[in-house]
Amino acid sequence: MASVSYQNVYKRWGDVVAVNDLTLEVADKEFMVFVGPSGCGKSTSLRLLAGLEEISDGQILIGDRVVNDVPPKDRDIAMVFQSYALYPHMSVFDNMAFGLKLRKMPKDEINRRVKEAADILGISQFLDRKPKALSGGQRQRVAVGRAIVRDPAVFLFDEPLSNLDAKLRVQTRAEITKLWQRLGTTFIYVTHDQVEAMTMATRIAVMKDGILQQVDTPQHLYDHPNNVFVAGFIGSPSMNFFDATLVEADGKVWVDGGTFRLEMPAVHNEIAQKHKGKEIIFGVRPEDIQTRIYAPPGIQPAYMDATIDVTELMGNEIFAYLLTGKKTFVARLDPRTQAHVGENLDLVVAMDKIHMFDPKTEARLV
Amino acid sequence: MEQLTDPTDKHRPVGEKEVKSKGALDWLATNIFRLLISLFVPIVTFIGLYLGFIFLRDSAAPKGVTAIVAIIWGVGGVAALYLVSNWLVEKLNDEWRAKIQPFVFVGPAVAILFVYLLYPTIATFRLSLFDRNGEIFVGLQNYVDIFTNRSMFVAFRNNILLWIPFGALFTVVLGLLIAVLADRSKYERTAKALIFMPMAISMVGAAVIWNMIYDVNPNVGVLNWIYTNITGNNPQAWTASNQPWNNLFLIVVMIWLQTGFAMVLFSAAIKGIPSDITEAARVDGATEVQVFFRIMIPYISGTIITVTTTVVIFTLKIFDVVQVMTGGQFDTQVIATQFYREYFTSRNSGLATAIAIVLLITVIPVMIYNLKQFRETEAF
Repeated sequence: MASVSYQNVYKRWGDVVAVNDLTLEVADKEFMVFVGPSGCGKSTSLRLLAGLEEISDGQILIGDRVVNDVPPKDRDIAMVFQSYALYPHMSVFDNMAFGLKLRKMPKDEINRRVKEAADILGISQFLDRKPKALSGGQRQRVAVGRAIVRDPAVFLFDEPLSNLDAKLRVQTRAEITKLWQRLGTTFIYVTHDQVEAMTMATRIAVMKDGILQQVDTPQHLYDHPNNVFVAGFIGSPSMNFFDATLVEADGKVWVDGGTFRLEMPAVHNEIAQKHKGKEIIFGVRPEDIQTRIYAPPGIQPAYMDATIDVTELMGNEIFAYLLTGKKTFVARLDPRTQAHVGENLDLVVAMDKIHMFDPKTEARLV
Repeated sequence: MEQLTDPTDKHRPVGEKEVKSKGALDWLATNIFRLLISLFVPIVTFIGLYLGFIFLRDSAAPKGVTAIVAIIWGVGGVAALYLVSNWLVEKLNDEWRAKIQPFVFVGPAVAILFVYLLYPTIATFRLSLFDRNGEIFVGLQNYVDIFTNRSMFVAFRNNILLWIPFGALFTVVLGLLIAVLADRSKYERTAKALIFMPMAISMVGAAVIWNMIYDVNPNVGVLNWIYTNITGNNPQAWTASNQPWNNLFLIVVMIWLQTGFAMVLFSAAIKGIPSDITEAARVDGATEVQVFFRIMIPYISGTIITVTTTVVIFTLKIFDVVQVMTGGQFDTQVIATQFYREYFTSRNSGLATAIAIVLLITVIPVMIYNLKQFRETEAF
């Protein structure tokens, strides 16, 4: 059981800064997910914690111990790799027992731990097999099992589900969450998949270009993204962004997107007054756009219309790709909506849910 | 073989079963035809080349023209022969063509291999059953002589108890060690190039170089210069005295030559180890030494076996180094130098060929193991 603390951590390779001034506290027993596009430094951050890369600057603490110069074997961590990294010449049992044997643990204890982990993961019947005789999903379980038996202070996962097929991935996702609840240990999990991050994490750290963008609980991250990148990265389909201006007319403030004009609600009055007359990036999530008939009650409505370009029927909802002027955006419509390509739709935007960003810094307006 | 025939469906080779069902006569005809087509190219080539040789030898054309004509005649002629025999087979109906066509291409190679490898082996074995002039049949007497002769006994001892354990072992261990260390070094390329360089030197050249290093005169021999300067003793005849340990000074030469070869193969194998496996072991609690012995060594065990068997075969056949450095004197003889001495010095063809057969039989088990290993690692 241990907390993890990154304090102004840098990782440089020559001129390339892979991790740029990362400061982050991961509490004990937390499930922290590092998420971001490839090359954002999330895996490097994890490898710095594991001791597989050297820290260029700053320090990392596990518990209250600075581990900068501690070799991986003495950091009390276990790691699950994307490729599973099973030892091909060892049986499943030996793969899982390897770390324990190195620690000179008594044989009975090794047997007990491996059996227990194998039972949890449902791989007891494969203990004598070599990794190459297992399917991808089974190998993945062995890799997790190898981590469990060690009973480490911190579990590290480096994109462990990337090599599984879609169905297995969803299933394993839930199993890892259950495992975390059962073990009650700190988990740090790296993924490029925002769905994995949203579904599993207690907190998410979003990274881009080596810089930490935002750390927050999944729901708060979704509702209050700090900047355009986070807003666009979290959520599927992505948030719609429009270049717009806040204009004052008829004693009210409006979001003017050129082809549409939406009335600012009272909840955003402070921002409206502060930024009126200025350009903004206006963001709205697909589910916050509905047709008039199916608009949910209790929202602050504003009205616009758009032409239907493409529709994707999902059964429980319709993704409508809409055109206003030359700008395409997505709405997540009620499945009963009569949406035909080429037709005009009367839309309602939930103005209390909108997001506004500074066009220069791309940061959220407050 | 299938690839050599037309890949379209109607030209598919006929299966083995179908051939058998046609009866013994058909089977015989097919195989005679296959044999003939296999021999066609080599025999016609031989006749053609011989006639060409006679013609060119007797012509008065300048040497340069003769050479060019010879090249065109030889290379072009063989190519033309393949084309002609293939063209002939193409004339047959589909079924026959499928049976015969592979032999147009593979047959000649097999036939030539037979003539140049298998036949000499058999002839050698036959000679080993005769007396020194190959005239009187003596049965296994030559083999009895080999195993009761002191000189041969020393040769076996050197080969099996000194050359293989010291030579092969050190070559493999040093090659592996250098490959691992170089893999972690900034100067990997330079280091590997330096170690690999002796591979480019011929065995005879290397033997001469090391003979100079071992020279008794300290002004020539580096080793004696160092030895006399450090100890103040008289210079030593390294390759002659202190038998049987003088063999080790010859073995050093082979290690020097072969380590580069082992290192290159090990280096490639080490680079093939996925980095996350060694990383996983480190996280699991392994020290660098444990990673090496418990993860890396098992991972490249196939390469280790292949390199070891290859070096062992090479060591069993060692000849040049010994012949050049000591001529097999001072109890440094090995099986191959004994063969050479019996055949070319003593002119005893019976005993010499018997030694050759013994050497062949010694190498065969290692060879078979080596081939099996190749097949398992799908080297071919």
